[in-house]
Amino acid sequence: MNPEKVVFGFFIVLALTLNFGFFVGELDNPNHHHAWELFVVIVVNMIATVLKFGDRTQMGAVLLATSLVAMIQLIAASLVWTFAVYASDGGLTNSVMASIVSLSGGAMIANVVSVTLLVIETVMLRR
Amino acid sequence: MDTIFFLILRRMRTPLLTLIVAYAVAMAGMAIIPAQDADGNPTTTSFFHAFYFVSYMSTTIGFGELPNPFTDAQRIWVSASVFVTVAVWIYAIGNLIALLQDATLQRAIAERRFRRRVESLTHPFYLVCGYGQTGSALVRGLTDRHLQAVVIDIDPERISLLQLDNQREFVPALCADARSPDALEAAGLKHARCRGVVALTNVNEANLKVAIAAKLLNPDSKVICRADSHEIEANMASFGTDHIYDPFDAFALYIAIAIQAPCQTLLVDWLSGFTGDTISEPHYPPHQGRWVICGYGRFGKAMYKHLKQQGLDLVVIEAEPHKTGIPAEGVVHGRGTEAVTLEEAEIRRAVGLVAGTDHDADNLSIVMTALQLNPDLFVIARENRLQNKELFDGVGAQAIMNPSTIIARRIRVRLVTPLLADFSNLARFQDEAWASTLVARIIALVEERMPYVWEVNIDQEHAFALHDAEDRGLRVTLDTLLRDPRDRDRYLHAIPLLLLQNGERILLPDLDERVEVGDRLLFCGREDARRRMDWVLQNIHALRYVAIGESQREGAVWRWIAGWQGPR
Repeated sequence: MNPEKVVFGFFIVLALTLNFGFFVGELDNPNHHHAWELFVVIVVNMIATVLKFGDRTQMGAVLLATSLVAMIQLIAASLVWTFAVYASDGGLTNSVMASIVSLSGGAMIANVVSVTLLVIETVMLRR
Repeated sequence: MDTIFFLILRRMRTPLLTLIVAYAVAMAGMAIIPAQDADGNPTTTSFFHAFYFVSYMSTTIGFGELPNPFTDAQRIWVSASVFVTVAVWIYAIGNLIALLQDATLQRAIAERRFRRRVESLTHPFYLVCGYGQTGSALVRGLTDRHLQAVVIDIDPERISLLQLDNQREFVPALCADARSPDALEAAGLKHARCRGVVALTNVNEANLKVAIAAKLLNPDSKVICRADSHEIEANMASFGTDHIYDPFDAFALYIAIAIQAPCQTLLVDWLSGFTGDTISEPHYPPHQGRWVICGYGRFGKAMYKHLKQQGLDLVVIEAEPHKTGIPAEGVVHGRGTEAVTLEEAEIRRAVGLVAGTDHDADNLSIVMTALQLNPDLFVIARENRLQNKELFDGVGAQAIMNPSTIIARRIRVRLVTPLLADFSNLARFQDEAWASTLVARIIALVEERMPYVWEVNIDQEHAFALHDAEDRGLRVTLDTLLRDPRDRDRYLHAIPLLLLQNGERILLPDLDERVEVGDRLLFCGREDARRRMDWVLQNIHALRYVAIGESQREGAVWRWIAGWQGPR
């Protein structure tokens, strides 16, 4: 067992599960999507991205790409949230919440791809 | 991509992860601990404010307690996290900057930039390996004639020196070992515009490797090498190296020719010198009598061989004859720096001296001692290092042998004006009277300065006006080309040296010689003469004017007006 692989797999899967946790619920209901969840998703995704740095393989490159996509989506979501609360008069309306959650949904797809690739790589290794 | 980039990214992981975790923990703490607003009502710190606060806390910018004054619980948390985040920030940023400054990474970045620059070269270029004395002189010669060069050298100091040298063209340079084919490839060995490779490092083996790599990776390229020993020379020749230059042999041959034909030597010297330098004086080495050669190394042997062919009486002084070998006449044992040895070689009876050891201080000492004993000597001194130039200039030697300048000059001539090399070979068969007449003509033309030598190719690219002159009823001779396009009764300050026509080489062609497409011409003269001549070669009006003395109206309207004027 390679401890590095354990940590790597752990964070990638955790990024997906947390992302899913934030995503589920009514799309435009602020009560179903908590700020803490988004915070943790961003932190874990960041860690997962950094862990993918410096992998020479083709698989490593694609994994890094999916992570970067997820990061862009999540940071966009947090920026939308911040702007809505502090820099606009409307506050956190249902439509803003809907766009935040759909951005995180996009990030989740990237994370799903990430995990799928990880599984494929593991299966290939077994053979 | 290079391994180094991945390695650097991989090493960035730890500092980045520490930074992320420290920030996350500090932010989470700020968000959990209850806060108070301005009126004392309990509230929470949002993640946005927590991030804002942690960013300026960790970088020690410290804007104060925002958005509201903190509660004591918050202050306890901040006092703990300020130490952690500040320390982590300094550690992470310091580490990341150190990684970016990593020498290997910097080298990889420099190599990449160099590759890109070489790839984007659009003009023909020469790849010069080794930017020592020879290399720098050659690159200067090439760039002065607007030829591109790419340089590889193993010594970073020399590469920085290149950036300081004021070259007329941009010269991409890489600090790398020319022995590695990878470096040669990066420098454009396989580039479609690479015209040739010049190997000038001071290591024979490196030159050999460059030659082999060049011939294998790009068989069409011209390969020019410096070789200091006969074995290496033979080895290089065996796989088709185009030109091999042995500085010692080249100089010895030069002196041998100077003994035979001083005027001819002067002529070739002038034509192959740097334009604008003051012209050199002729040397008249004594052509009979006794010569003393100090040092029987590579240079001494070459001098011995060539002077022997001139039928001179030779004496050799050598400190370690068991290592170098002993010539047929025997050898005087010693270094030659002391009067005793020189006396033993009968320096007082000698007419010439060659101070040819590989030690500059010894050579200077030999020359000074010998000149004290016999002030009328003709002295040839070998200068091993260019930085001793001033000393050698002052010592009173008639000819100074510097291996690098000789090689640089030969190669420059070969690359910039190949016809001049042909001219020198042909000139060798002419007598002294011929050479002195030509020297006199050149002096009249250029006064005090080295003449400018250039080649003209008569083709569509370089002589647009000429390529269809026949169809337009113009008969172009050398005389036409040499007329001044501003006033056709005057001639340009130029002498045609060589005409290459249908594979035939015509030395000093007559002025009524026809010039046809496909000809190649070699001129010498003033630099402005070349510009005027280019004008004639490219501009059909200028050509018509110098050829028949009138400028015809070109263009449909003017021709119509001219036709209308004609019959009246």
